[in-house]
Amino acid sequence: MKFAKYTAALLALLLLAGCQRGMPQPEFHADGRPTRLSDWHMVEARDGRLELNAGVVPYNLNSHLFTDYVHKLRTIWMPRGVAAKYTANGPLDFPVGTVVTKTFYYPRAADGKYSDVARTLDYTGDFAGQGLRLASVHLVETRLLVRRKEGWTPFVYVWNKEQTAATLMRTGDVQALTLVDAQGQREDFNYVVPDEGQCVNCHEADMIGRTIQPIGPKSRHLNRDYDYGSGRENQLEHLVAVGYLMDMPKLAEVPKDANWRDPSASLDARARAYLDINCAMCHNPHGEASVTGFSLGHDVPEDHHLGICKSPEAAGPATGGRLFDIVPGKPDESILMHRIGSTRPGVMMPEIGRSTVDREGEALIRDWILSLKGNCDIVH
Amino acid sequence: MRKTLITVALAAALAGCGGQQTPAPQNQADASFEAKLQEQLLDAKPGTVIDIPAGHYHLKRGLSLRTDGVTIKGAGMDKTVLSFKGQVVGPEGLLVNANDFTIENLTIEDTKGDALKINHGKNITIHGVRTQWTDGSKTNNGPYGIYPVKTQNVLIEDSEAIGASDSGIYVGQSNNVIVRNSRAEQNVAGIEIENTVNADVYGNTATNNSGGILVFNMPDLLMEGHGTRVFKNHVVANNHDNFAANGSAVASVPAGSGVVVNSNPKVEIFDNDIADNKTANIIISSFYSTNYASKTGVAASYDPYPKGIFVYGNRLKGGGDSPSGLDFKTLKVALFGIGGHFPDVLWDGYSDPKFTDKTLPPQDRICIQDVSGVVDADGPGGYKHPSTDMKPFQCTLDKLPAVTLNPEPKL
Repeated sequence: MKFAKYTAALLALLLLAGCQRGMPQPEFHADGRPTRLSDWHMVEARDGRLELNAGVVPYNLNSHLFTDYVHKLRTIWMPRGVAAKYTANGPLDFPVGTVVTKTFYYPRAADGKYSDVARTLDYTGDFAGQGLRLASVHLVETRLLVRRKEGWTPFVYVWNKEQTAATLMRTGDVQALTLVDAQGQREDFNYVVPDEGQCVNCHEADMIGRTIQPIGPKSRHLNRDYDYGSGRENQLEHLVAVGYLMDMPKLAEVPKDANWRDPSASLDARARAYLDINCAMCHNPHGEASVTGFSLGHDVPEDHHLGICKSPEAAGPATGGRLFDIVPGKPDESILMHRIGSTRPGVMMPEIGRSTVDREGEALIRDWILSLKGNCDIVH
Repeated sequence: MRKTLITVALAAALAGCGGQQTPAPQNQADASFEAKLQEQLLDAKPGTVIDIPAGHYHLKRGLSLRTDGVTIKGAGMDKTVLSFKGQVVGPEGLLVNANDFTIENLTIEDTKGDALKINHGKNITIHGVRTQWTDGSKTNNGPYGIYPVKTQNVLIEDSEAIGASDSGIYVGQSNNVIVRNSRAEQNVAGIEIENTVNADVYGNTATNNSGGILVFNMPDLLMEGHGTRVFKNHVVANNHDNFAANGSAVASVPAGSGVVVNSNPKVEIFDNDIADNKTANIIISSFYSTNYASKTGVAASYDPYPKGIFVYGNRLKGGGDSPSGLDFKTLKVALFGIGGHFPDVLWDGYSDPKFTDKTLPPQDRICIQDVSGVVDADGPGGYKHPSTDMKPFQCTLDKLPAVTLNPEPKL
């Protein structure tokens, strides 16, 4: 009798709050620094899963930033009664109260050892419904970008070894992990959890305006399907359907970046999408790397602005002895290849956010440079 | 905290096995110091003064600051030392993107990348700061020591830069700059002013670099520079091997260069003591005599010729006796014999083909006074027909105005 009463009360509460199996309603904290990820009620570890709360919508990007082969589960949530406005470029115009989360996790390696993680681009074994199957994954960190009145604010929460809770870590962390591939090949590396200052390094796309912005949720990155369990649906149309997005034009008019791993897309479109998402947060005319005059956004003309035959600026020893950022047809003479193939701080690009080389991405950019026509003859 | 420590130790051990760089272990005190300093930088408000007491601190992660009006103060450049020898996360030591920033009285050491980088900001004061790579001059040292870029109203004074693999003190794409009473040694370039408008460089000592003081314009950047005055400096014996990686602009600076102007207009060099720089005490050159002059990669708007250069009233001595690079060596022997030496000034000979001697506007001339001689190296002709005729350089230019900082820094 007592149990039934409890269940009824719980059910009533659930119905009232519209929540996920007892998870309190997602909460927007307008100020302060909540010390636990669970203070937000966006994603929580419960019953062997990383669960998404009701109203917390997962999404994916056409091409994504490489972070040491980590897998990422991204979500958006907004308070009742507000919605983002569509924009053709830049991030969607999100309202105050928006909470974007990104959980960084690895599929576990076959040996089951906690610090061994799988090097795989395959996400299919990760999911339990919309959330993650904790028996199959190793949660590392969940990052939040919260749209407050004064602007976007970053938070980084690091998961405990028990995989039950994540705690705020403002000053970053370094974790020793080992990537293990399907053949059992191992690679030790330092997984670096960013400190708050580093969050800004990448998310401040405009050094003059000094505004922090999300990088992924732009229409051209979001314009793709997602399996919400009830069938595949275009992500932008889904956001409109759940009331999170307004003013969207017809889907045919929405730009779309290539998926850099999609063999049916052109080599150029794949490479430019890869460079955009991995580099253009800094390498744009207002970004951290604007001082180099070398931009890698999806719409940069294919000349010296894109580094073609352009001498480096401020690279120092990171040139690797090469003269130009990109030499058409000659990846081994291009500084770009030297820097994406390095893991040494000060040489590697991106400057932060990885300790290993993205072999597949490196191969793509190599093929792309091979396909470029022209030469960088020296005047003498 | 203990967990962090173990993680770090483990990371170091594992990284060692994997052939990665092993970060130096960080003790508990250093780890607490680092976390506290990071939080102070994150939580700073306009007006905050962050005092760093005397001590030698080992940091693992690059620091950053993005709040206006902050001062960072050490107890003295010999007393407060931030060492990044064990840096895991880089690349800079301290990266600042803020206005009204002051940093003083401390040392930043052994960063993987640039030591102190200020990217976009106005009213920047750097006083009594040393940046150093302690293992000496190595190609894999970080490129820049003190590095304001895209800044306005900048004062660098009483500072020191040692061992940078590019430039010790480097001011790039900035406006209204004073670099004074500072010291640069064992860098590839001691002090470099690049793509910068209105800079005064005075009272400095540049010695034992590959090149002492450089004033350069690089192509394809968001702004081009002009208007630099180099005066009252000691630019002596900058004969260090050029240890820059090929491809960096300074890799094409011949070791043994005193003051070098490259492709930058309106430069005034006067009242300096310049001596014993073995390639030449003063070099005036164009983009075309660098090793990075690509035919296709340069914006049409870029002017590769040094114009309006005025050299006068310097005290010059020695130098030019053992130039670097085959072209210059051959040229020196051909003109002056094995035991001879270049005169004080070397010009590479590239001039704007749009003009003849007669049509070149007077304010665009290269005017050189009070020197032992000038060599026109005939770079365009493959160094085959050099000249030592002083006549083309006998002229005077209007003097450039002094740089005034506004507002003046409060120290």
